Amino acid sequence: MSEKPRLTYINGRGRMESIRWLLAAAGVEFEEIFLQTREQLLKLGQDGSLMFHQLPLVEIDGMKLVQCRAILSYIAGKYNLYGKDLKERALIDMYVEGISDLMQLILMFPFSPPEAKEKNIATIAEKATERYFPVFEKVLKQHGQDFLVGNRFSWADVQLMEAILAVEEKVPSVLSGFPQLQAFKTKMSNMPTIKKFLQPGSPRKPPPDENYVATVMKIFKLD
Amino acid sequence: MAEKPKLHYTRGRGKMESIRWLLAAAGVEFEEEFIEKEDLEKLRNDGSLLFQQVPMVEIDGMKMVQTRAILCYIAGKYNLYGKDLKERAWIDMYVEGTTDLMGMIMALPFQAADVKEKNIALITERATTRYFPVYEKALKDHGQDYLVGNKLSWADIHLLEAILMTEELKSDILSAFPLLQAFKTKMSNMPTIKKFLQPGSPRKPPPDENYVATVMKIFKL
Repeated sequence: MSEKPRLTYINGRGRMESIRWLLAAAGVEFEEIFLQTREQLLKLGQDGSLMFHQLPLVEIDGMKLVQCRAILSYIAGKYNLYGKDLKERALIDMYVEGISDLMQLILMFPFSPPEAKEKNIATIAEKATERYFPVFEKVLKQHGQDFLVGNRFSWADVQLMEAILAVEEKVPSVLSGFPQLQAFKTKMSNMPTIKKFLQPGSPRKPPPDENYVATVMKIFKLD
Repeated sequence: MAEKPKLHYTRGRGKMESIRWLLAAAGVEFEEEFIEKEDLEKLRNDGSLLFQQVPMVEIDGMKMVQTRAILCYIAGKYNLYGKDLKERAWIDMYVEGTTDLMGMIMALPFQAADVKEKNIALITERATTRYFPVYEKALKDHGQDYLVGNKLSWADIHLLEAILMTEELKSDILSAFPLLQAFKTKMSNMPTIKKFLQPGSPRKPPPDENYVATVMKIFKL
């Protein structure tokens, strides 16, 4: 029996959440280690587990993988969520990179000062509704298929689903101008693996709160 | 006859430079369209830019955007991405490291003088304590010429670019890394790379005030 992948991070979404999403959507069970002190992080760095002394870390198939994109690409490739050829992979990569830029705004949001929060939500709403969501609405409309690329479930669909839910937490009505994305969200939510991940008790982490921000600042020593 | 890839960007390094490096190292000739302010609006209006941003590379009938997506495609197409998933994972990890390092350097010209000075010190520290030791160790552990799988890959080309870029900041940055020095020499002598390093190649010069002003104007920063 092969070992389950093991994820090391803090107990929160951060840069590990996309990895949790992808493994879960692929139906892969995994274990998690949650760091609570900076000393634990430094120790991992000292014993050579972290290539660049950074998290996330995912131990999988005998490798200690770091760097989100490297980890996600490996999982996508391994579980056939990366298209059937180079060109489909290119499309998936483009979509994922675009969504990742949008998710970056959400990732940084908890760390912005209180007076900037309202403006940042407006930026997230604007970028989502004017730059990113229109692209995927159009893609789905043009080919009329359930999935973004190659008429088949891929990493791009998982990433888009994660992004839609994350933006909706900040801007609840964000999908109001996007009927295809609304249908997409419903279909994705009903896929067995994703449905399971969206239920309480799954490895999915809650939205970041002050506790989470404090833990991140302490462990990663952000100024 | 296949068309040459066509690169759309400003006349300077920025996010397009790694793409120029990879194509050149792979021995692929390409064309460049240098963007002025009106061109960006035009590209946006005619739907050429998926997320309204450059770099954009026209290749194999696609209008590709997003630097990483473009680089992954080129690496895959020209057999610079390892022989299997695991080698690809190693290449991805190494490339993400050099991307982080070069990203810090690329941001410098746009920073105020005092911030810049502080960041140069940080970059030097990170290069010599976080990044270069990783690649020095990789080369030492297997004793081969290339980082992954005993074969030239995207990771090697990206590392060379990062080394040269960091040396522009601090010329003796490799002083504690004998294997990286040897790596730099070997890579620089590869025919395609040697050609790219010569004057008159598509390689762009380090950013100057002119370039910064152009970027600020075109991208409305």
